[in-house]
Amino acid sequence: MFQTVINALNQGFFKSLEIFVLTLIGAIPLGLIISFGSRSVFKPLKYLVKTIVWVVRGTPLMLQLLIIYYGPGMLLKNNWWGSGDEGRFVAAIIAFIINYACYFSEIFRGGIEAIPRGQYEAGQVLGMTKSQIFFKVTLLQVIKRIVPPMGNEIITLVKDTSLARIISVYELIWAGQRFIKGSGLIWPLFFTGVYYLVFNGLLTLLLGWVEKKLDYFRV
Amino acid sequence: MAVLEVQNIRKSFGELEVLQGIDFSLEKGETLAIIGSSGSGKTTLLRCLNFLETLDAGRIIVNGEQLLDAGDARKLSDAEIRRDRLHFGLVFQSFNLFPQYTALQNVMLAPTLQLKEQKDAPTDRKAALAQIETRAKALLEQVGLDEKLHYYPHQLSGGQQQRVAIARALILEPDILCFDEPTSALDPELTGEVLKVIRALAEEHMTMVIVTHEMAFARSVADQVIFMDGGVIVEQGTPEEVFGSTQQERTKQFLARYNEKA
Repeated sequence: MFQTVINALNQGFFKSLEIFVLTLIGAIPLGLIISFGSRSVFKPLKYLVKTIVWVVRGTPLMLQLLIIYYGPGMLLKNNWWGSGDEGRFVAAIIAFIINYACYFSEIFRGGIEAIPRGQYEAGQVLGMTKSQIFFKVTLLQVIKRIVPPMGNEIITLVKDTSLARIISVYELIWAGQRFIKGSGLIWPLFFTGVYYLVFNGLLTLLLGWVEKKLDYFRV
Repeated sequence: MAVLEVQNIRKSFGELEVLQGIDFSLEKGETLAIIGSSGSGKTTLLRCLNFLETLDAGRIIVNGEQLLDAGDARKLSDAEIRRDRLHFGLVFQSFNLFPQYTALQNVMLAPTLQLKEQKDAPTDRKAALAQIETRAKALLEQVGLDEKLHYYPHQLSGGQQQRVAIARALILEPDILCFDEPTSALDPELTGEVLKVIRALAEEHMTMVIVTHEMAFARSVADQVIFMDGGVIVEQGTPEEVFGSTQQERTKQFLARYNEKA
């Protein structure tokens, strides 16, 4: 029995891990684009982006998952996501990416705006181009500033992957809870907690290592 | 021929006219000190010279070549601004060293990037890079920091950071080196080491424009002094004329206030 449970939990965990990794891969670049949008000098774009960020951050991810999955089929009479597990998984990933990109964009924006003007001006009077200033002067300073808040969001994301079950993506908690109904076992559900703990423990070590790597200078 | 000619520079921020027509010229090898109370437009003038602000009116001429005429409708391209501003160097009040680089890397960064950009790059890049490093080390030695080459800015005192910033500006060999209150952010006991470096540069006839509140220093090091107030030049002359025998009421009041403090 133990082996059966572990196999099921492993399967669930790999689904959660997939959501986690794909969300990061999509949300980091999209968040960067959104942060540029929210700093745009073109006012309509800026306010459009700010409104989107407000809505996405101001409503529950669970609601967004439901709307993104059911919305197209119910409202447009056209289910973009296709049927079955595959479709639900894609819808979940899209919802996670949009949600997390909005959070990341605010972190990026804060990190970029925290760089003192003098850093840009020093680069300018030394004859550097805008891209040289970005890549050679400000980028590493921004990264150093955003590692701690990004770490918080990333650890939250690990646990948020469990929300995907609301549209029946078979992630880790779903895999554990199944044994309550099916076999009357509670411990598999508790055991899912160990997966989250261990994985977040490893992430915490990794983030600590990155922070330490950037500890050689002060901003 | 004058190395720098500034003609009728005007600059407003909204309603406030910060520079109301500034004219002066500077001979090669001269040191010009600009004094005046806060808000008189001194810093804005330096920022205009370094293309950190756009002019509303006026012309900037370096070595007889007109770099900028605000009356000209054509806007300068980024590349032109980059080229033009390399005639000038600027040392900031707040140093603005790049925190992730050592003293030596701070000095080497700009010339290294220029080298990488060159299309007709020297065949031997390694030799060119080594040359930049040699020059950077020599400059840091010149400002008395040969022991601190591999220190990061946060490991240096304010005076040391400012001396690195001076070396960083010097390595690009500007025609005119500008200082924006280079000692105002320093503890009093650290101003001396920075002023000493600037004085040595004056003795080597580096052309310099120094905005400063250090009156005794301005008097002893400058060839020319400009006193600004309310966005205009009130008085311009030798240190003797401005500090010693000014006939201008506003200059007298300003200097009297300084003497009280001292």
